[in-house]
Amino acid sequence: MSCCIGVTPDQAADFIGSPDALRREEFRASGVALDDDSVRYVLAAPAIHCAACIQTIERGLKRVQGVRSARVNFSTRRVMVEADAAMAEPFQIVETLEKLGYKAELFDLSGELTDGSAVTASLIRALVVAGFASANVMLLSVSVWSGADGTTRTLFLYLSALLAVPATLYAGQPFYRSAWSALRSGRLNMDVPIALAVLLTLGLSVYEATIGTGESWFDASVSLIFFLLIGRVLDHLMRERARGGVEQLTRLAAKGAMRIMPDGSTLYVPVDEIRPGMRLLVAVGERFAVDCRLADGTRTDVDRSMATGESLPVSVSAGAKVEAGAVNLTRSVEVEATADAGHSLVSEMVRLMEAAEQGKASYVRLADKLATLYAPLVHILAFSTFAGWMLVTQDWHAAIRAAVCVLIVTCPCALGLAVPIAQVVGASILMRRGILVRNGSAFERMAEVRQAVFDKTGTLTLPHLKLGAGGIDDAALAAAAGLASNSRHPLSQAVTALAAGRGVQPLSVTDVGEIAGAGIEGRIGDMAVRLGRRDFAAAVATGASARAAGEDEATLWFAGAGFALQPLAVEAELRPDAEATLREFQAGGITSHLLSGDTAASVEALRARLPIAAGHAFASMSPAAKVERIAALGREGGPVLFVGDGINDAPALGAAHVSMTPAAASDVGRANADFVFLNASLAGVIDAWKLSRAVVSFVKQNFAIAIAYNTIAIPLAMFGGVTPLIAAIAMSSSSIIVVGNTLRLRLRFPDPKALDVAAGAAAARQERPTTLEVPA
Amino acid sequence: MTNLLILIPIALGLGALGLCAFLWAYRSGQFEDLDGDAIRILQDDE
Repeated sequence: MSCCIGVTPDQAADFIGSPDALRREEFRASGVALDDDSVRYVLAAPAIHCAACIQTIERGLKRVQGVRSARVNFSTRRVMVEADAAMAEPFQIVETLEKLGYKAELFDLSGELTDGSAVTASLIRALVVAGFASANVMLLSVSVWSGADGTTRTLFLYLSALLAVPATLYAGQPFYRSAWSALRSGRLNMDVPIALAVLLTLGLSVYEATIGTGESWFDASVSLIFFLLIGRVLDHLMRERARGGVEQLTRLAAKGAMRIMPDGSTLYVPVDEIRPGMRLLVAVGERFAVDCRLADGTRTDVDRSMATGESLPVSVSAGAKVEAGAVNLTRSVEVEATADAGHSLVSEMVRLMEAAEQGKASYVRLADKLATLYAPLVHILAFSTFAGWMLVTQDWHAAIRAAVCVLIVTCPCALGLAVPIAQVVGASILMRRGILVRNGSAFERMAEVRQAVFDKTGTLTLPHLKLGAGGIDDAALAAAAGLASNSRHPLSQAVTALAAGRGVQPLSVTDVGEIAGAGIEGRIGDMAVRLGRRDFAAAVATGASARAAGEDEATLWFAGAGFALQPLAVEAELRPDAEATLREFQAGGITSHLLSGDTAASVEALRARLPIAAGHAFASMSPAAKVERIAALGREGGPVLFVGDGINDAPALGAAHVSMTPAAASDVGRANADFVFLNASLAGVIDAWKLSRAVVSFVKQNFAIAIAYNTIAIPLAMFGGVTPLIAAIAMSSSSIIVVGNTLRLRLRFPDPKALDVAAGAAAARQERPTTLEVPA
Repeated sequence: MTNLLILIPIALGLGALGLCAFLWAYRSGQFEDLDGDAIRILQDDE
């Protein structure tokens, strides 16, 4: 299939080229031994995107000696491979996958075995059992209500009991357990009246069916459980999406390093065993495992975006400090560890993020706020009904029956559905507009926002580097592009992109060499040409250097024999709709701020172009400083929305009241944000904000409907006027009304025109060619 | 009445069969990769 052309052999070669000693060890360690003498490995391959990918990978991997089975999970973009435990070199699996053109990320199975999916499975089993039982009991009940009598009626009642009793006991377990743990710690939650109502109803029904009047409530007890479980499953699925932020970040940290022993040999050491003073070898493409200092006589370029969020690599030389998590780009270097793993930047960020997640866990959701009022009220009503009937009639049976009726009609079916259904409808509307919601309570938190804080690079501006068109002529650009095509430095790629954009054919360059921290040089015929820092390039320039406007901002220079020194200015390109988005926030009474790890000058320059008040822009922020600033803003001016994309933004994304990130962001960023927008345009932020406010207002409407229904039904139940038939009708109709009301959200937010969706998708593809998938 | 004695067990049995079929399918991982299955059905077998 043609769509597979997206993954070029060139890209694949890039990964094969990097020294794999470290990954080899890590991959071997990631396997899980199975009973039948085989080992299971799981790899994440985000580039999987079509039917042909599945076939290519599965066939390719099965041909590897020792591989027993290979299966691609298309939904999660993962490959599960089972290989013989005796397989000599399991890393062949990774190599084969990468030769096929799919970058493989190692996947630690131990982190995957969380209890989340087990809970989902047990909830779904409970739901289908309750659904089966309630449908059948309802059929039997209908014939009882419509006048079956004699033995038929008795038979139907016993059959109902046979279905309802085990089903209610089994499917209601989530509620009983939660109610029991609440009671044991001396609290009341929504599940206490639910459990009480279900179990009392069941008990009463069994009594009535066997020795009582024959007016049984089996259908009520099972369908209560069924409706409540629908709400519970939806709610759980929304919560499940929110997991996994911290795990992502720990995976970013290197798991070990190659240690240089005193005798000069190298040995793999796990990251925990690295001590300050050890000498380590860091190859090109590897991450620095711990904070360290470059050894004498070495220099290289490193990508420090993990700490600063800036995509431009930084050149470092002997003695310079590099923090853990930075990526070594141009040359293998020897370094001396200055800290152990527990004190590195990555572990500091993990701590920050864990703290942030705990802060969020204490957020009280609307439904829980209501529950703290509702649960005691229900108990008081049921108890006073019982007491009242006892006083007036002295009839145990009638009093219990009336009290159970009160519990049944007050059972929060509609309340239990009110929140999850609004969240699910809201999430599906946003999905069609290219926004993913990762967390159910995100809507509530988004609706409360009073301030918006934006990151600069990659958020207000587009993530890729762009070079200004002016300043360089076509002939020089052709030579520069020829040089640049030999390097994978992000700036070089920007030069090739600029040449392609202008339709300039790159010249062929020979003897190309990359000088770390300076630039690239090469020869065209016998003319030396250089691309890089100003002083580096100027050394080979001939003729007067062109002094173009704005050249001081240029970070890249080109020169050569026969070419004057010419600048290539790096431009930050604003995201489409950035200004409109900020204006909308302004109109909505929301204050905007700008936070960046970049220098004060470039932050101020961007602020001036946007409707952000002076004094609301903060430069040179470290990840920890961002978290502090957001907390301070939150204390002063109300809940904060943070929009950011970098790895360095991850703790801040977790710390803000609610957060949002573009799909092109780092995986950690996406795992920590509440919303992820796929389009290049920043307008998604406004969409999410407006929809969140609508979702919350619909939730409140739903609560109002449910409560209105209760104010009618409760007096009826208290005075004994509720028959099983009335209870069944009232219960299902209130749930249906709540669902129907929420579907009106769709009308308020019609799908954008098909054209817009296509344009948005195209933009998103451009931004991030391979992965749009959100980590599960 | 005799009709009911035959029909009701049949109705309940069919329902229970469906329930068991779903539980089996869920447990054996048939809902784990819905997107992938949609694609695989179009592939030729080797």
